Amino acid sequence: MIDRAVLKEQFVKWVLVAFALSSLLFLFLIFAFILGEGLPLFLKVGVKKIILGMKWAPTKGYFGIFPMIISSFLVTVGALVIGAPLGLSCAIYLSEYSGKRMKILLKPAIELLAGIPSVVFGFLGVVYIVPLVRNYLGGSGFSLISTSLVLGIMILPTIISISFDALVSVPKTYREASAAMGATKWQTIYKVIIPSAKSGILASFILGMGRAIGETMAVIMIAGNALKIPTSLLDPLRTLTGNIALELAYATGDHRLALFSTGVVLMIIIMVLNYIANFGIKRKIAK
Amino acid sequence: MCLRWFVLLPFIMGLLISCGSNNSSSTGMQKITVAGSTSVMPFTEKLAEHFMLDSRDVTIDVQGGGSTAGIQAVINRTVDIGMSSRELKDDEKVLNRIVICYDGIVVVVHKNNPVTALTLDQIRGIFSGNISNWRQLGWVNRKIDAVSREEGSGTRGAFEELIMKDKEINDSTMVQDSNGSVKEVVATDPYAVGYISMGLVDEKVKPVSIDGIRPSIQTIRSGQYKIVRPFLYLTNGQPNKRARRFIDYVLSRDGGQRILKNEGLVGVHD
Amino acid sequence: MRINPRITNRLVRWGLVAQAYCTVTVLVLIIGIIFFKGFPQVNFAFIFSFPQDMGRHGGIFPAIVGTIQLALLSILLATPLGVGTAIFLTEYTRESTFTKLIRFGVESLAGIPSILYGLFGFIFFVIKLKMGWSLLAGVLTLTIMILPTIIRTSEEAVRAVPRQLRIVSYSLSASKWETIKKVVLPAAMPGILTGIMLSIGRAVGETAAIIFTMGSSLRLPLSLMESGRTMAVHFYILAREGISMEKAYGTAVVLVLSILFVNIIAYYIMNKAIARYS
Repeated sequence: MIDRAVLKEQFVKWVLVAFALSSLLFLFLIFAFILGEGLPLFLKVGVKKIILGMKWAPTKGYFGIFPMIISSFLVTVGALVIGAPLGLSCAIYLSEYSGKRMKILLKPAIELLAGIPSVVFGFLGVVYIVPLVRNYLGGSGFSLISTSLVLGIMILPTIISISFDALVSVPKTYREASAAMGATKWQTIYKVIIPSAKSGILASFILGMGRAIGETMAVIMIAGNALKIPTSLLDPLRTLTGNIALELAYATGDHRLALFSTGVVLMIIIMVLNYIANFGIKRKIAK
Repeated sequence: MCLRWFVLLPFIMGLLISCGSNNSSSTGMQKITVAGSTSVMPFTEKLAEHFMLDSRDVTIDVQGGGSTAGIQAVINRTVDIGMSSRELKDDEKVLNRIVICYDGIVVVVHKNNPVTALTLDQIRGIFSGNISNWRQLGWVNRKIDAVSREEGSGTRGAFEELIMKDKEINDSTMVQDSNGSVKEVVATDPYAVGYISMGLVDEKVKPVSIDGIRPSIQTIRSGQYKIVRPFLYLTNGQPNKRARRFIDYVLSRDGGQRILKNEGLVGVHD
Repeated sequence: MRINPRITNRLVRWGLVAQAYCTVTVLVLIIGIIFFKGFPQVNFAFIFSFPQDMGRHGGIFPAIVGTIQLALLSILLATPLGVGTAIFLTEYTRESTFTKLIRFGVESLAGIPSILYGLFGFIFFVIKLKMGWSLLAGVLTLTIMILPTIIRTSEEAVRAVPRQLRIVSYSLSASKWETIKKVVLPAAMPGILTGIMLSIGRAVGETAAIIFTMGSSLRLPLSLMESGRTMAVHFYILAREGISMEKAYGTAVVLVLSILFVNIIAYYIMNKAIARYS
């Protein structure tokens, strides 16, 4: 009997080990298959011709994705320009100013914003923001500025909730010490709280960037997907994610491999961003 | 309890899978799978809907994927019927090719756009970037928002072959990934111009005449309107019995052909 | 010129209040527009009838069923894996290179954007494992996608269970697994359920990863090997192809309502749990 109990304990342990390993296995599979499909073309055509190539015509042998890398970068920065100040002020308001009742109202509201599917954002962007831009600013409306605006709203929840956590975790004694020296509330926030929550706030921006650069469906609905690097805020553009989603269904042969190469580039960018964000968060905890 | 669930779950899933795959055969339903061109897909779905009303023992599973994917799928025998909106390449000619109808590719503009006629050269100019302002076409001083399809699409392939010839589509042209979404952009943007399958034209967009010839079933039938491509069904060898029934229905004058004509396509009997 | 700090203080306060309200307004606008335009479309027939003419007429029944099938099956697979991993990380090991490695895996999975899951699911499940566009391929892709959420929330929940509970259980000569099964898991259940609810929300709203693995057939998937459509995918196609704006808004209402519903349940469970421990 005792043996059976011990056996069972051992069995459970190994099953759990296997479960825990599954995440690593999945990660490995994802890497292996995306790299496995994406790398051969880099070897065949050359890394430079893909990453720095200006022309994308995969059925005719041109696989340049440089314009898309730039476009992805532009919409991400655009989203940050809109989302970061709004999100940070919201987080400051929530953690430093709002009463309990407001907090109870706002927090779930923001998390609900996070739960709204990205296609709904994309749809509303097409129906309301694109015509607005077209009528008042010019161009087709499918543009860098519309995309940035929609993505900026989409990354708000990420920025708000992570910077909020960072702000709240600043020890109360800091605030008290600052107030005791006669600082106003804003002086305290500006000079004491924000600097000590800096790494968490930065991490929230970077994770927001990660979300913006990885967003797909909303982007292909609003961005217009032209291949050229946009030269103004009103020009259409195509992101790395958009390129994959637009053409995957049709692609065969080298064309499909080229889409996986696009995926490899996207994955590397995301990994670097996540690494920076995690590094930032860890340093904060270490302090 | 918990432990048992942990271990049992994979088995339950396995069971579900095996049950699932038996499901269709045990109910005595026959299944026809069709995949391929997204241009042909909406019409096939409509045909399938009507066909299934008459023949309740058959279900038809219609998937997109694109002409090339559809052709590959037939070659690999993963689907019964492939759909293509472009002609077969030499190495694909082993397949059994059935023309179900002809489709014109039409250039469309917003319904309030006063431009109603363009020449082939003008269209070539618009999409290659030589003509970029509506003023050059006798309208307001405003940039033309040209909309094209994505690389690899059958409609884009046919457009390039029939209209662009040796010219390339400009990089600043917007790109959408289906006929429907091109139409949607043109329907909402007053300064847009795009090209779509004639079967999809409705009151939301306005087709323009090319070199003086209005795209219509009559002009296609008489051979005046030249920007036409066939919609193909493909089978690997002779179609099997259930696929044969569906194809016969599609080709019949009172069945499929009438539906296709109502959708604005040109039937094979014309 | 130096502005009086008190005036700055007041100005900033108003600025922040304005921005906070701005965010709320955006949310209210989004929900408001969807509900205002979509509610007239939603009725019994819309929910329980089949779409006709590619969704131009009729209802969205297959999409609702497809969504439920996809969400439930992937939760069914991801929950044991996720909770098991969480238990292993908290109860069976100390921090080591091994746990760091697993955490790294989980963090990385959480950061991968959904289109890359779609790309992976497409090449691995759909093509290499020859599943075709099917419910099964969608379920497996989504399982991997929601796993990190479940692991993280479950780990937090299991960690939050007071040590005394475990000590008492051990002192009654319960084995480790018995303690986990009878004491730790029930105590951590609310937190775990919250994670599950949030994952369901993610599954319901996902498009990019689903459209390339599950396909977009409008028929009701009767087996795991058949293709189907979720509400989010159906909404995307209706809106993008301009098939029917009315039906698109209607679908959006059902979609947003179900996510709202799931979120509210998650909140309810979480608040109950917080009330219990404080």
